[in-house]
Amino acid sequence: MAEIIKRTKPLAVNPLKASQPVGAALACLGLKNAIPMLHGSQGCTAFGKVFFVRHFREPIPLQTTAMDQVSTVMSSDANVIDGLRTICEKNRPEIIGLATTGLSETQGTDIRRLVREFRAQCPQFDAIAVVPVNTPDYAGCLESGFALALEAVIDVLVPETRHAGRRRKQVNVLASSMLTPGDIEAIKDWIEGFGLRPVVLPDIGDSLDGHLVDAEFTPLTLGGTPRGEIEKMGESVATLVIGRSLNRAADLLKARTGVPDVRFDHLMGLDACDAFTQALAELSGQAVPDKVERSRSQLQDAMVDTHFMLGFARIALGLDPDLLLGFSALLGGLGAEIVAAVASARAESLADLPCAEVRIGDLEDLERAARDAGAQLLVANSHAVQSAQRLEIPLLRAGFPQYDCVGGYARAWVGYRAARQALFDIANLFLGQHHDIPAYRSVYRSEPERAPARPGVVRH
Amino acid sequence: MKTREIAVLLNEPACAHNQKEKSGCARPKPGATAGGCSFDGAQIALLPIADVAHIVHGPIACAGSSWDNRGTRTTGPALYRIGMTTDLTQQDIIMGRGEKRLFHAIKQAIDDYAPAAVFVYATCVTALIGDDLAAVCKAAAERWGVPVVPVDCAGFYGTKNLGNRIAGEAMLAHVIGTREPDPVAEPAQRPGIKVHDVTLIGEYNIAGEFWRVAPLFDELGLRIIAALSGDARYREVQTMHRAQASMVVCAKALLNVARKVQEGWGVPFFEGSFYGVADTSQAFRDFARLLNDPDLAARTEAMIAREEAKIDVELEPWRARLKGKRVLLYTGGVKSWSVVSALQDLGMEVVATGTKKSTEEDKARIRELMGEDAKMIDDGSAAALLATYKEYSADILIAGGRNLYTALKARIPFLDINQEREFGYAGYTGMTELARQLALSIENPVWRAVRKPAPWAKTKAAGTWLSAPEENRLACSSRLARDDCLEARRVERQVPAAAAS
Repeated sequence: MAEIIKRTKPLAVNPLKASQPVGAALACLGLKNAIPMLHGSQGCTAFGKVFFVRHFREPIPLQTTAMDQVSTVMSSDANVIDGLRTICEKNRPEIIGLATTGLSETQGTDIRRLVREFRAQCPQFDAIAVVPVNTPDYAGCLESGFALALEAVIDVLVPETRHAGRRRKQVNVLASSMLTPGDIEAIKDWIEGFGLRPVVLPDIGDSLDGHLVDAEFTPLTLGGTPRGEIEKMGESVATLVIGRSLNRAADLLKARTGVPDVRFDHLMGLDACDAFTQALAELSGQAVPDKVERSRSQLQDAMVDTHFMLGFARIALGLDPDLLLGFSALLGGLGAEIVAAVASARAESLADLPCAEVRIGDLEDLERAARDAGAQLLVANSHAVQSAQRLEIPLLRAGFPQYDCVGGYARAWVGYRAARQALFDIANLFLGQHHDIPAYRSVYRSEPERAPARPGVVRH
Repeated sequence: MKTREIAVLLNEPACAHNQKEKSGCARPKPGATAGGCSFDGAQIALLPIADVAHIVHGPIACAGSSWDNRGTRTTGPALYRIGMTTDLTQQDIIMGRGEKRLFHAIKQAIDDYAPAAVFVYATCVTALIGDDLAAVCKAAAERWGVPVVPVDCAGFYGTKNLGNRIAGEAMLAHVIGTREPDPVAEPAQRPGIKVHDVTLIGEYNIAGEFWRVAPLFDELGLRIIAALSGDARYREVQTMHRAQASMVVCAKALLNVARKVQEGWGVPFFEGSFYGVADTSQAFRDFARLLNDPDLAARTEAMIAREEAKIDVELEPWRARLKGKRVLLYTGGVKSWSVVSALQDLGMEVVATGTKKSTEEDKARIRELMGEDAKMIDDGSAAALLATYKEYSADILIAGGRNLYTALKARIPFLDINQEREFGYAGYTGMTELARQLALSIENPVWRAVRKPAPWAKTKAAGTWLSAPEENRLACSSRLARDDCLEARRVERQVPAAAAS
């Protein structure tokens, strides 16, 4: 049990947090033939776009209702309806995600009513789904905005049914924002290994994995969960929920469809992987495939090999709440100690972290806590590079954004194989800063020798 | 900020665009708009001032997805890279606690980071709820004895360009003219060289590119007392009014600063660019002209002759490789022609150039350089750019970072020419870097690899043009693509390569 320490500073320095509208946009980017539109000024969208372009190194479809001074003061209702109409006419998407921002929420927009008005004015676009979601940036963080958008997608697209299990091989996966495209691919392979067919919502593993397509250009997403599949989620045998942030979305899906669910905080480390594998074995009625058994034993071997480096390792984590739980389990499973933890925003799951306290804060808080606690490794996004340099400890990049490295989005953390690779990589970071016992040279040794350049410290 | 004040800012008499109708200032179209907001523009203009604490007053979105994402470089303090925001919560907004939080936030920044000054940026939400930025900044400055400058740049005021101007106005109102420059340090004096004080406006030292040119300023005895705002310090910006000449670099957005410094303190200015050999030389000549110093003019000509001869030799091997290669250029304003001459200098052919943000004067220069039939593109949409690329059989697209992944997804070579780029192309030596990057991209074997169909693919080559009719699908006009398409056809018809050739 961790004590949650609230923010006390008036100024956030080196923010850890990304905003809710950005998270909502990300959820929509995992839907097929979709485009998100943020209801705000054009900067809300421009910044969000650059944020994801730099992270994924992909073109990112993202539109704006372009509120200007007049519409901000008078009314921006027409902007929403015009924007929806323009996108429908120009781009013909299947789904439009419509997320609010701090600006439109402060103005007091009623986004659901505006969608109803759009429906009344433009019946010719009835076939195009519009998913409205309230995501002011003065509350929550990327993770909560993502979760809210997912809840809204279920609300709009999943009909009230009682056909659970009609598709006997189909399982739903609700995937939190902590999962990378690489993670989603790994989860799909895992499930398919048991002869089951996963419907992942949202499937950024299909849309943002970075692949060249035959089409030269599309203004919409390059893949993702097809709308038809979302509508049939009520016919699956079960829903696998990954990430505590998705609890509300999972509750809604279950209430809508009666499909039973199994919930996982994350899939990082041996215990979580075992729980997921066991669930798949029970759902499918199949024995665990030999390949999975092999991967599991490889992970166990890696755990034994790396526990020398990771045991008692002092770790500082600065992440969104779901990822905090995941990393503390992965590293805690090797005997590492979480000596500093900072979350971007409040979540009930934070209390369950295996450390003394967790602070709601920024990267300045993380840097100070890491320094005070003598942390040896920082886990955070690319913005923490400067902190790591000042602390003179390595940084393991995780979360959003990762812009100073290639392929951060493709890296998998979940599953036996990815956990093994993660342990190797983290252990190597520690080997790189291994400190030997300071050399002691006896006063009785008479032969003069040249002293080593930096006695006692070995840098590999 | 009042509507009337924004209208005044949009009217810039020194700007050549100003003669036209204000059609460019039409309302952005919801659902079909790209580009940043005024807050973005203000940050671009001021963030490079390195020893200032830049506080974004608003909820997280504005700073959260944008802090420390600019390519500007500094020789000293790096306070500008520390992201600071009041990160307002719902309660702050409902209870009206924004001003109070800001006041204490300014204190925190001063206590923890000892900045030369604090700049506070308004955002949409704080403008909408009516936080009195000017009053808070004034009170904070008085209380803690550090200059605190309000920048009223809510995103909904308008475009990035307007944000640049707002930033310029804030400097004019609060910073420029508040200090006298230091005398030239004794060790920096050289016999026979008279030191002239100059300023650069709109130069942001992206990727450190200004450092390619800076030594030449030193050589000629041109002391840059301030830049707005690449590698600048607060105390330097304070002295801008004492320059003997200033240069507006590659941008119309900060013309208001140049004009008002001229009106108020009689500092003459010119517009120029450091892209390409000809423009770089011209910039130095213009300084010599405005400073009206015959000795400087003579030394400038000698320096230009020397540098041009040197770079000419260095570029020779690159010219051989790049000669005849066709470029589609899509960039705004001044760069639409200044980069053209740089590319032509490399023996390349510019087949079309973007003119969306260009003035009539810019267009005249383009015709002069590219001939009367020069293709000018106004539509910068991804689809339009790709179609033009195909139509003119271009070998590379040169544009802003926004189009980077459009190009890569379409499997075409790309060079980034704007803000976010990671390489500096300014000055004489920047040309070698530009040539290198162009060759690196155009000659790269990846293009062949990604256009090659898989050996088992029977039907079509990857990366064929969507817009092309079915029967012409393989008739790619891009010469790069052509070989690969022929190869694809061979595969399609099961013809051995030797037989086909």
